[in-house]
Amino acid sequence: MTQSFPAYYTIWHKLGAYSLKFSAWAVLFFLILPILVIIPLSFNAEPFFTFTKGMLLFEPSAYSMRWYDAIITNPNWVLAIKNSFIIGFFATILSTSLGTLAAVGLSSQRMPFKRLIMALLLSPMIVPLIIIAAGMFFFYTKFGLAGTYTGLIIAHAALGVPFVIITVTATLSGFDRSLYFAGLSMGASPLKTFFDVVVPLIRPGVISGAMFAFVTSFDEVVLVLFLAGPGQRTIPRQMFSGLREQINPTILAVATLLILVSIAFLVTLELLRRRSERLRGLEDHG
Amino acid sequence: MSNTTTTGPMDTDDRDSDLLTKDEARLARRELRRHKMTAFALVVPLLLFIFFAFVAPIGTMLHRGFYNPVVAELIPQTLEHLKAWDGMGTPDTTVLNSMAVDLKRLAAVRKSGKLAEEINRNKPGASSIVKSSARKMRRVDDTELAKNGGALLLAAHKKWADPAMWYAIQKAGQTYTDGHYLTALDLERTTAGEIQIREATQIYIQLYTKTLRMALVITLMCLVLGYPLAYYLANAPSKTANLLMIFVLLPFWTSLLVRTTAWIALLQTNGVVNSFLTGLHITSEPLDMLYTEFSTIIAMTHILLPFMILPLYSVMKGIDKSYMRAAMSMGARPIPAFLQVYLPNTLPGLSAGALLVFIISVGYYITPALVGGTDGQMISNIIAFHMQQSNNWGLAAALGTLLLILILTLYWVYDRFVGASNIKLG
Repeated sequence: MTQSFPAYYTIWHKLGAYSLKFSAWAVLFFLILPILVIIPLSFNAEPFFTFTKGMLLFEPSAYSMRWYDAIITNPNWVLAIKNSFIIGFFATILSTSLGTLAAVGLSSQRMPFKRLIMALLLSPMIVPLIIIAAGMFFFYTKFGLAGTYTGLIIAHAALGVPFVIITVTATLSGFDRSLYFAGLSMGASPLKTFFDVVVPLIRPGVISGAMFAFVTSFDEVVLVLFLAGPGQRTIPRQMFSGLREQINPTILAVATLLILVSIAFLVTLELLRRRSERLRGLEDHG
Repeated sequence: MSNTTTTGPMDTDDRDSDLLTKDEARLARRELRRHKMTAFALVVPLLLFIFFAFVAPIGTMLHRGFYNPVVAELIPQTLEHLKAWDGMGTPDTTVLNSMAVDLKRLAAVRKSGKLAEEINRNKPGASSIVKSSARKMRRVDDTELAKNGGALLLAAHKKWADPAMWYAIQKAGQTYTDGHYLTALDLERTTAGEIQIREATQIYIQLYTKTLRMALVITLMCLVLGYPLAYYLANAPSKTANLLMIFVLLPFWTSLLVRTTAWIALLQTNGVVNSFLTGLHITSEPLDMLYTEFSTIIAMTHILLPFMILPLYSVMKGIDKSYMRAAMSMGARPIPAFLQVYLPNTLPGLSAGALLVFIISVGYYITPALVGGTDGQMISNIIAFHMQQSNNWGLAAALGTLLLILILTLYWVYDRFVGASNIKLG
């Protein structure tokens, strides 16, 4: 590739620019290759974690779907998938509804102790999971919440709260207050104004907050290790024990599916970001 | 619902109070108070929830580091009698008798093992003495035990005459103790009650140092790898940059376990990297890379790298390109120009990324647990070990509290230099 350089560039400048480009690409490969390697390995016909000779020669017999079949036919994996979605869904509902309400309150300039409350609400993101897990184990056991769905949902909702707070307050900070007063001055009740004017405008922030909360729960394993009974095993928990006890490519098949989930997630977030920018763009010009 | 939505988010601006009459001012103050109350009412449900779900559990853990009820609940009678003991020689027969009775009772309900385990923590080797004596006491008749239990106990094992044994029991029986914190700091209390550095194995300070050292290495690796990439992305045409950003964001959003699995597949003895190396005859034998400190550091660097790149990228994006051009057109050589002009401008992103990576890696659990083997373990893994395997919850809580203090100090630094509310996502 040719690159145009300013006239005062010496050979050393150019060399520097090329070595920068090289190291940047090297780091990009370091980031993406480990993830991409998993995908072909999950179609391995042999129970290995590495490429077989046949795979490298692209022999069709070296590839198979057997590890994907193994997911569907294994009741433990099916239960884990179900649990991950159940716990993630309810934890998301809980953290998003409480979090959105609180973010609306926190974005008011009249909010007392704002800084302190903000620090408290963001702290589940900072405190190491092992400490949260140990504390929850002691505390939830007292209330009979350990080993129950309720306990895990509450625990995961607490972890999701900071993300909802961050995304919704960010959306509210760009919110034009005059729109709300416009609604009021046109004779709409505060409640109606809130749902018809405010909610549609902050919706992208609420949805992305909810997605962060869901992914946090979906990917969480430390709290599950400490709080879940055998009936509440989730996908990451199942992967954790699989990696510790008996490594087989079923885990790679699950991992491939999870990569697809994160791609879908990334695309949705990007679409939301564009939509939110468009809405704000309208606001600026209108 | 209605009161939560009336005025909350959209407050009017402050009115100029000079222009108001007394009544209006009072009305305005009342209005202001009402706004405050509404805003607060919106936050209350979440505050209550976080208090129950998160703050109270952390508080329980802090309490657990001091609170140690197990032995006090198992042998209350013996401990009560032991209070009169002067710490010299064998305690008198009332103590010995009641211990014999307690041991029989515990053996009958299968709790003598728990007692043995707890005492063993203060005096290694005591476990077998307690267990075997409990078995022997179980066979003795109740009245005989109450009258003559002490003698039987001494006959069961001569160590029951040893003051050190009773000192260990007394120590284990304290409901509130600083013992776990002393252990967590590699200290101990002498029989005279003075605090000194533990004579036996000192592991925890070493473990904290090692954890901090590993976190530092990971942070530096992220910095070295992340800085050039962030620079390249920030200065590339925006179409290229947006496309290449996927390479950073996809790993970021991919499950932690997926990324750890990937490193296991790559680094294990028969894994991808080793087949590659042996296939190209670079090494004759597969290298042992997995289950070492090396694999922990490399996998964690991979996992935490986006946390470094994203803040650096957003700061670099805002730096005017003409700064560097100006410096270089004025005759500055590239390296001094970079060090004196560009680098200082990136410091906010650099400190944000570095502190974030450091904070996260200090408390990391999953990756060291899966790829760390024995020498890649960090402080979180030892806390988990004491929670799940050795059942020494008090020590786990004390170690956790120290880790929490460390993290909160770092968070405080982060908040001062970066601002906690400046955390942005996506």
